[in-house]
Amino acid sequence: MAIKTNRRKLLGGLAATAAAPAILSATRAYAQTPTLRVGHVSPRTGPLAGFAEADDYILEGIQAAFSGGIENNGKSYNIEIISKDSQSNPNRAAEVAADLILGDEVDIIVAASTPDTVNPVADQAEINEVPCVTTDCPWQPYFFGRNGVPGEGFQSTYHFFFGIEDWIAATLDMWSKADMGTQVAGLFPNDADGNAFGDPERGLPPAMAAAGYTVTDPGRYQPLSDDFSNQIAAFKEAGCTIVTGNMIPPDFATFWAQAAQQGFNPKIVTIGKALLFPSVIEGLGDRGNGLTTEVWWSPHHPYTSSLTGTSSRDLAEGYTAASGRPWTQPIGFKHALFEVVADVVARAEDLDDPAAIVAAISSTNLNTMVGPVNWDNGPINNVTKTPLVGGQWQRQGDGFELQIVGNASAPEIPITADLQLLN
Amino acid sequence: MMEWTNAIVQGILLGGLYALFAAGLSLIFGVMRLVNIAHGDLIVLAAYFGLTTTVLLGVHPFVALLFVVPVMAGLGYVLQRGLLNKTLGDDILPPLLVTFGLSVIIQNALLEGYTADPQKLNGGAIETASLQVGGLALGVLPLLTFGIAVAVIALLQWVFYATSLGRGFRAVSDNQDIAQIMGFNKSHIFGLAMALALAVTAIAGILLGMRTSFDPSVGGGRLIFGFEAVIIGGLGNLWGTLAGGVILGVAQTIGAKIDPGWQLLAGHIAFLVVLAVRPNGLFPRIDH
Repeated sequence: MAIKTNRRKLLGGLAATAAAPAILSATRAYAQTPTLRVGHVSPRTGPLAGFAEADDYILEGIQAAFSGGIENNGKSYNIEIISKDSQSNPNRAAEVAADLILGDEVDIIVAASTPDTVNPVADQAEINEVPCVTTDCPWQPYFFGRNGVPGEGFQSTYHFFFGIEDWIAATLDMWSKADMGTQVAGLFPNDADGNAFGDPERGLPPAMAAAGYTVTDPGRYQPLSDDFSNQIAAFKEAGCTIVTGNMIPPDFATFWAQAAQQGFNPKIVTIGKALLFPSVIEGLGDRGNGLTTEVWWSPHHPYTSSLTGTSSRDLAEGYTAASGRPWTQPIGFKHALFEVVADVVARAEDLDDPAAIVAAISSTNLNTMVGPVNWDNGPINNVTKTPLVGGQWQRQGDGFELQIVGNASAPEIPITADLQLLN
Repeated sequence: MMEWTNAIVQGILLGGLYALFAAGLSLIFGVMRLVNIAHGDLIVLAAYFGLTTTVLLGVHPFVALLFVVPVMAGLGYVLQRGLLNKTLGDDILPPLLVTFGLSVIIQNALLEGYTADPQKLNGGAIETASLQVGGLALGVLPLLTFGIAVAVIALLQWVFYATSLGRGFRAVSDNQDIAQIMGFNKSHIFGLAMALALAVTAIAGILLGMRTSFDPSVGGGRLIFGFEAVIIGGLGNLWGTLAGGVILGVAQTIGAKIDPGWQLLAGHIAFLVVLAVRPNGLFPRIDH
């Protein structure tokens, strides 16, 4: 095929060439809206995936909120979020965190969901001096699990969530609502959370003894045990009417069925971790009704997003509408994590200087979806706490609803139902 | 004294569950020397099939067995003929690696399909019912599990030693090449053995799903008890596998009686002691 050249085309081509410098300078002007990269590590797959199930929904909302860029010192920044999967594996979490820091060269790194995700990511950020904000893990495993020294703390890594002392306070508050006896059965597995909760000096037993309860603690069991008959025999012997501890869902299901078989019928059961998700309670059927647990976030929390103005209820209902699944507690915290990022990006004195970003994190004073975040109020360096209340799963229609039954430590969160005893 | 009796009795009942985990492994190893790393995940897969059936049809998990057992058996036959037969040979490594890969694939497929939510099969009143026997409370579900384990192993034993299919199993187990010369179709017999093993797995999965909650990642943890029961009892011996399960269960509950931290450790120690004293297990059938 012959190429036909005519005068008009030639002139057009020449004009384009002549205009090229203008286009080039225009792209250069575009590049002057710099991009700030935020790395996000989350357990999308594996046993912890329940904590990250709302990631897509939350990130979509956050990306929409960030689409106009964020103003910093009169300059607009594009925010790019790079999300990576920890596969619920701490080694993998450290690996993807290092990847985000060294490969993608992120300016800020965030992570959420249990010590297995949060600690390795924070450790990588600390070594590489990258500003890091984390949540959704009680602060003791975060701080002491990373060998934090009280008074010194960490350089670049900051955390917001509740602590074991808040869990104990919320639990004791619930137990004070009715007369349920003082003999407490303790179930603590031999894992990070179980050892922290069952610690004879810093855990539940001394705090409960101080409040007038006697804890029967048969000892640390291995997670994924198939038999709890010995523990149940010990609890029956001691006349326990209250059960508490920190378990994973399969262990609780095994224990709870065996308790019924062996005729052990406590008046109240308050277990950390195992009873957070509605799917677990559904699986227990009628025996799920009346179990109690800690509540870190719910649609009843009277907070709104500093980023989008969305209320807790709207965020929860939006998730249910988008996914057809009931709300879960991590949703609010995942949203709040990016609220803190947006606030820090807007306030930092120099976004090219990691130290300035860290300074902006430490001076945060923000009312988020999960309550106030302000590291000046922390119980220990680099840690701040959000409110914690007590909740009970109560049957509502076909399913179960987590009702707030005790709010002594955070009266602004309304009580939505009265505590009911199991028998 | 009563407490110790209780610990032992509960341990024996727990042994029934372990024997069911182990029976499929024992059968496959006995017939074709295949170590199936995906066995635990197949148990969990069966539990999920049971969940789907109970939710869709609104039936009791025991009724779901009518559906899950044939599905798992069919899956076993296809899996063996379509994939695992191609890996069997003089080298023991390829089937190990392939079943390991299968384990990863099953876990992630379940995660995609069912999410990471812990699920449980709702057995209704049977889950919490118990019988009072001489001051001991025996859960109906653990009793039933033990009874089913005994029945399943008796049935497998009968298939092995009293049917023509069992003759085929024993023939290929003794010498694959000569069995082929004698007119047995090795591939088909291996397929049937895997089908039978996965049918047992289906029963184990449903009982596990009623006893406790499960999620896509718990399979691996169940595999180890199965292996230990097989090895304690002796490779390839089905009644030995039941004995192995019971020894493991009793060791665990007695360990837990001393201190709950000893529960799983005591089971592993019992396994190591047997391995050290009788490397072929207590009642071995197969000599190497």
